[in-house]
Amino acid sequence: MSPGDGGPGPASDPRHRWHPIAAVDDLVFRHVYHGKLLGRELAVWRADDGFVNVWENRCLHRGVRLSIGASDGRELVCAYHGWRYANRTAGCTYIPAHPADAPARTICNRTFVAVERYGLVWSAEDPEGEAPPEAAELAGAETLVLRNLPVNAGAGLVIDGLAGYDPESLAAVARRTGDAAALQLGDGTAIVFFVQPVDSDRSVIRPVMTPAPPAADRIGVLRRHSAALEALRKNLEEEAARRPPAEPMTPALEQVPIHLAELPEPSPRGRQAPLRVRVARKWDTAADVAAFELESIAGQLPTFQPGAHIDVHLANGLVRQYSLTNGPGQLDRYRIGVKLEPESRGGSAAMHHTVREGDVLAVSEPRNNFPLRRNAERTVLIAGGIGITPLLAMAQALHHSNLGFELHCFARSPDHLAFGETLDRLGDSVTAHLGLSPADTAAAIARALEGRSPSDRVYGCGPAPMLAAVRELAEAAGWPAETVHFEYFANPTEIDDSSSFEVALARSALTLAVPAGRTVLEVLRDNGVDVASSCEVGACGTCSVGVIEGEPDHQDVYLTSAERAEGARMMACVSRSLGPRLILDL
Amino acid sequence: MSVSGVCADPVVRDQWYALAAVDEIGADVSTRLLGLPIGYGLGPGGAARAWRADDGAPIPARVSYGYLWASVGEPPAEVFDVPETREPDRRIFNAGTLGLAVSAPRAVENFLDIAHFPYVHRGLLGDEPHTEVADYDVVDRDGEIWALGCRFHQPRAAAASTEEVVAQYQYRVPHPYCAMLYKSAPGHPDRLDAMGIFTHPLDDERIRAHLFLCLLDDVNTDATIRRFQQTILAQDMPILENQHPKRLPLDPRAETPVRCDKTAIAYRRWLSSLGVTYGVIPAGAG
Repeated sequence: MSPGDGGPGPASDPRHRWHPIAAVDDLVFRHVYHGKLLGRELAVWRADDGFVNVWENRCLHRGVRLSIGASDGRELVCAYHGWRYANRTAGCTYIPAHPADAPARTICNRTFVAVERYGLVWSAEDPEGEAPPEAAELAGAETLVLRNLPVNAGAGLVIDGLAGYDPESLAAVARRTGDAAALQLGDGTAIVFFVQPVDSDRSVIRPVMTPAPPAADRIGVLRRHSAALEALRKNLEEEAARRPPAEPMTPALEQVPIHLAELPEPSPRGRQAPLRVRVARKWDTAADVAAFELESIAGQLPTFQPGAHIDVHLANGLVRQYSLTNGPGQLDRYRIGVKLEPESRGGSAAMHHTVREGDVLAVSEPRNNFPLRRNAERTVLIAGGIGITPLLAMAQALHHSNLGFELHCFARSPDHLAFGETLDRLGDSVTAHLGLSPADTAAAIARALEGRSPSDRVYGCGPAPMLAAVRELAEAAGWPAETVHFEYFANPTEIDDSSSFEVALARSALTLAVPAGRTVLEVLRDNGVDVASSCEVGACGTCSVGVIEGEPDHQDVYLTSAERAEGARMMACVSRSLGPRLILDL
Repeated sequence: MSVSGVCADPVVRDQWYALAAVDEIGADVSTRLLGLPIGYGLGPGGAARAWRADDGAPIPARVSYGYLWASVGEPPAEVFDVPETREPDRRIFNAGTLGLAVSAPRAVENFLDIAHFPYVHRGLLGDEPHTEVADYDVVDRDGEIWALGCRFHQPRAAAASTEEVVAQYQYRVPHPYCAMLYKSAPGHPDRLDAMGIFTHPLDDERIRAHLFLCLLDDVNTDATIRRFQQTILAQDMPILENQHPKRLPLDPRAETPVRCDKTAIAYRRWLSSLGVTYGVIPAGAG
């Protein structure tokens, strides 16, 4: 806004214009600041990574103000039910009432833009331009933010009144422009009074002075202007009281998306890669393990939960799943680790040898089939080799929330321990078990599983033989099967697809024949029935479908033995039928 | 609908509302009910009296469950039945009355909610990390909403509790602006404590909430029980007064529910089906 020479005039819709909503100093460490602009309340908070979040001040679950919630530096926690919302996206990452469920990715509070300039935080509902216009008076020299002053008067009245501001008869020359008044004082200083329209009857004057007075004079300058502004406020409020009261502004609250209006249903989706990311950094984090940081090309990366993975679609047509290793609220980049498999069928080899920094990759949105429950008093994380990746995300989330956990990392040698710099930050909760024989590994796992109390949970990720050992040892130590959770890299089962059978789809009223050599998933897709999938080898759990009748031939490693025995779900990618017919809930 | 507007909603208008606990009424009191200025007091022999403030005309008034109830419309013959009040070994009293800047339906919905216990009533009705709400049933019984089979891990479920328990809960909504809850009674494994929230709507965004108790507790003094229950009520206050909008939105797309909100979903649908418009934002009204 260049006083006197243009800029958007007050005639344009104020929702398109940038306004200050806070002083930069208001965003105190881990504080959630309650702001208001044009009748709309805002929750404003700075995450530990420096990002300034400006959100609708309303949890979309039950309408409670987010400004009474708590920031942990990475996420904002609603005061009512403890729902957690991520830095940057405002996407919900955890619903404590349902610890076993990953929240629907699209539960997301409304966000607004934020820019810091002249010591103030600026925002707009629907901005024109990417930043507030320059104020010519403030260009170049050092500036000082004076005391802000709330006034019970509309913004128009305040800006008009500011033209008469002349604290010491310094022959001020005032110019009004848009949402500000600029004063050139006789002593060579200039002040721009930015006016924040809070509501129809309330404004905040946010003055910025240049050049900044020397430190020794600063208190005196601040006091003089504070007193002069107080006098101005009195006049403005008397004037406002003489006018007929204005109707309060009533900004519309956005409706939640239709699929969030009712209780959540699983939404089917095929194997898609809607995101484009650039490899911002690639480095060797351990022997044969390459780490990648992926940044968004356009827009914000979607919210993820600890345990989530993304599908990476490679140029050679292969699709591979990699767990996100990020800590909570780290949404500037996704970080993954890729182990070079000696028997690579082209996936890990391509990631290691072909993909370089600067390359663009197509990836899926994060999907979480390995959700972390945070209602355990102690969580035992057992990682074998590259199985550290999902558990690293879990460990950081638990660590950041001060929840008790132990992370046991099994690796062949110190050189095989990936993401050591992140492990170091987790302190005493991490134990590295290096170069152990299978027998010693089993003994170490058994020790880690000692001393169970009822709410404790175990999460394991690693090679299949190790997970089998964890499963047996946990059972022997009295851990109920539902307290032990696994993520497999791959399905070691040799899939037998020689059977042929029929699937009836209860909701779609379709009956389809599945011949030998073809999967249920393929047959469904051929007939236009879309089912979400990811690994397609029975390891990740994405293509789980409900079984209404019939006995599935599971062949996956995702379901627990109890779930397999129950037969209520199966994996459309590898599971088949033991009988001639299955009825599926599709 | 203006904040101080007099209620034009016949469903809400033709109900009984608890204005005060009888044993707390001294001299005549001036107040508002559904936006209408009224007065109330006790006549000779403790008979309930209530009247319009503008012309002094009497309005229906009665005493039930230890409260003075009144109506600015044409109320049913009886206040909804609370059969537990006829069991002779129960202690029946008002635990406290709290003024709240919120609509009655928001306060009732909060009373029906379990999932907030570990956050709002930390150390009393819930505690992290025991945050999971197990599935429960919501049924319609004779036109009332009932939630059955609710269970929740509680560090100190009642004034009479000495240890952590998994408390059993049932909820009942017999009145658009009142709700009951039944929960495990310490020392009485086969019976349930009963309590209720009876709201006195001053208007559509301001209420006085009475916490009605009908307990089996034969250990604690009234003062101990009151202190416990008033602590709980006071913990809910900052949440309720920070809900926006203050009136309960009935449009399914105004706020997003999860599975543990089944009772709240049923309550909002029930208000919609009754045609309630006061204290709520009806579906489609924006």
